[in-house]
Amino acid sequence: MRGVTEQTALPDAPGAGAPPGGKPDAAVVRDALGVGVAVGLSGFAFGVTSAGSGLTLAQTCALSLLVFTGASQFALVGALAAGGNPLTAAAGAFFLGMRNAFYGLRLSQLLALSRAARPLAAQWVIDETTAVALAQPTRRAVRIGFTVTGLTLYVLWNLTTLLGALGAEAIGDTDAWGLDAAGPAVFLALLAPMLRTTTERAVAALAVLLGLGLLPVLPAGVPVLVAALAAPLVLWARGRRASDAGAGRGEGER
Amino acid sequence: MTIWIAIGVTAVGCYAVKLLGLLVPAGALEQPLVRRLAALLPVALLAALTAQQTFADGQALVLDARAAGVAAAAVALLLRAPFLLVVAAAVVVTAGVRAMGG
Repeated sequence: MRGVTEQTALPDAPGAGAPPGGKPDAAVVRDALGVGVAVGLSGFAFGVTSAGSGLTLAQTCALSLLVFTGASQFALVGALAAGGNPLTAAAGAFFLGMRNAFYGLRLSQLLALSRAARPLAAQWVIDETTAVALAQPTRRAVRIGFTVTGLTLYVLWNLTTLLGALGAEAIGDTDAWGLDAAGPAVFLALLAPMLRTTTERAVAALAVLLGLGLLPVLPAGVPVLVAALAAPLVLWARGRRASDAGAGRGEGER
Repeated sequence: MTIWIAIGVTAVGCYAVKLLGLLVPAGALEQPLVRRLAALLPVALLAALTAQQTFADGQALVLDARAAGVAAAAVALLLRAPFLLVVAAAVVVTAGVRAMGG
């Protein structure tokens, strides 16, 4: 997989009329490595959490190899540990992963991959590769940024997942070490930068109320799915308020 | 076995949506409402998951050492600490509170 992505990243990129003021390759690689290493190491937290939730070593590693999108992985093991039905648990993880489709849309324009390369590049379409790629000024830099971030992160994330799971099996009671707090802390760290406007904060607040309020009354895993409705509900409420105000212009938010 | 089913369904679903974004012609999903919903859906899910994994014990709501740990993570985030430090703060504080019998 990595070989093909690198091959597609190199030919014809310099010919695309990159401005002479384009970013040096070394600077792109440095940015990409920084993100790849920092986030790749947090696979350790996933390995520990997954093993602590009762998944086997093989199941934990399969998740990092095959799913490779952190929030969905944490959500799945959390839901399974809470005794959720496997399909309900998978649905929550799937909905979290849906944002990657929108990253792919943006990336496919920037990377201009051949049709054959797309199925191979797809596994690396995640938050971090998108963030690095979108920050680059030229197509060549976008391709280098995407490939280096994707490769570093994929290798490290899987390696640290394995080490974390082995470590958790070695220390036994992961809760005594506070490792059950790693999952929610990861979610909070992913969530925090998204809470920029009142719309996002309102969605988060309503989702917390729904998620906690329905927990005692609905089967495990279902309250999270219901909480997802906070997004359309808040959008609908704001749309109504905007139209009540009668102004023809939008909210000016993106 | 049920865990493997969940892993399989999640892996196929998550890969499919990643590939979908690369294959769909640009503009197909670019309606403003769809884009806004896609941006807000993770906010709702992550907020609900954070709250549940902090306060849930099975189907009951409890206040235990995890709440202190996640509060420490929130402080670390406000101080703009790096990702790993945020997670480490939560783990260390939770373990510390538990060791003190909390």
